[in-house]
Amino acid sequence: MASKEVTSTDEFVKGLWRDNPVFIQVLGMCPALAVSNTALNALAMGLATTFVLLMSGLSVSLLRNFIPREARIVCYICIIATFVTSVDYLIMALSLELHRALGAFIALIVVNCLILGRAEAFASKHKPGRALLDGLGMGVGFTLALLFIGVVREILGSGSLFGVAVFPDGFQTWTVMVLPSGGFFAMALWLLIVNRIKQKQAAAAKTVEVTS
Amino acid sequence: MSDASHWSIFLNAALVNNFVLAYFLGICPFFGVSSKLETAVRMGAAVSFVMLVASVCAFLINLLLDAVNAPYLRIISYILVISSTVQLVEMLMKKISPTTFRAMGIYLPLITTNCAILGLALFQTNRGYGFTQSVVYSLGAGIGFALALVLMAGVREKLELNEVPDLVKGTAAALVVAGILSMGFMGFAGLGR
Repeated sequence: MASKEVTSTDEFVKGLWRDNPVFIQVLGMCPALAVSNTALNALAMGLATTFVLLMSGLSVSLLRNFIPREARIVCYICIIATFVTSVDYLIMALSLELHRALGAFIALIVVNCLILGRAEAFASKHKPGRALLDGLGMGVGFTLALLFIGVVREILGSGSLFGVAVFPDGFQTWTVMVLPSGGFFAMALWLLIVNRIKQKQAAAAKTVEVTS
Repeated sequence: MSDASHWSIFLNAALVNNFVLAYFLGICPFFGVSSKLETAVRMGAAVSFVMLVASVCAFLINLLLDAVNAPYLRIISYILVISSTVQLVEMLMKKISPTTFRAMGIYLPLITTNCAILGLALFQTNRGYGFTQSVVYSLGAGIGFALALVLMAGVREKLELNEVPDLVKGTAAALVVAGILSMGFMGFAGLGR
């Protein structure tokens, strides 16, 4: 039993770092770059994607024995599109302003390769509980990654964080960071940091091997 | 109905609001197939073609959905109709012109669930473009996508021959190149107004 518990936490944790969807697998880049110009937008997008991941993972997993193999992708897309439509209307009902800021990118969650990828690679082969954990882990990992990019872009580009100014008045904002190119640069910066950490970990693992 | 002129719609889609470099749509194929010039050209052609098909489909679907007053079915019907139409066209192409099929056929199934295609369909609906406006918009977007892809491939082919630190190799370097390209495209802002 103990080993099973370890693996189900692992199902959740792997999305945070080891298989982080954005930084390690480089999936779902379009929304990660497009709506991360402020931390708030990034957070909203991350939460919306997490919801769709969770619900589609659960549905696909529950229906996994009924969906014919040949038509599975079409079925997955239908399931995902249904939840995306509900999220779209939900956000419109909660905050019209946020809906306008995110624009068509909420609808574009449908084609986020991360969601279809998890449905195909994980949810269709595992029990609902596992699929939920996996969806939650991937969703949180995705949200965190978006938030990281969003925080860098907002602090440098607008001199604020979640709309609250963080720098004294004299700060010259880096307009380039809120422009599209800033998204590419912020993402490249985080990738560098992640690569560096991975390199260090690999080197550490090697020395352990050698000494032991 | 939007009253923007065709020329300004075209310029806007191709250069000012380039799909890849300003809207971040279709990033996956952009990084995936931009390492060689030849594949980039083929992919660009295939995407332009699918965009044209998708635009016409989306326009017709939208007419139908407006008629039955069911806007909530938009996302699901767009994606299903577009992907099945592309599959049909793919089969037709295989039959009629095997050479064209060989040149861009393998990319077609990959493209259908690409965000650039769905994005195009959604944008043209949100902006209320008419039929000719939609077609011009899709042509502009397709050419803009191909242009970005070819430019990127050109840079990456050169980059391949240079010494790059291990840390930056791969995606990080490609991202920085894309960022600089995107800055270059900022220069087009204000065109076609």
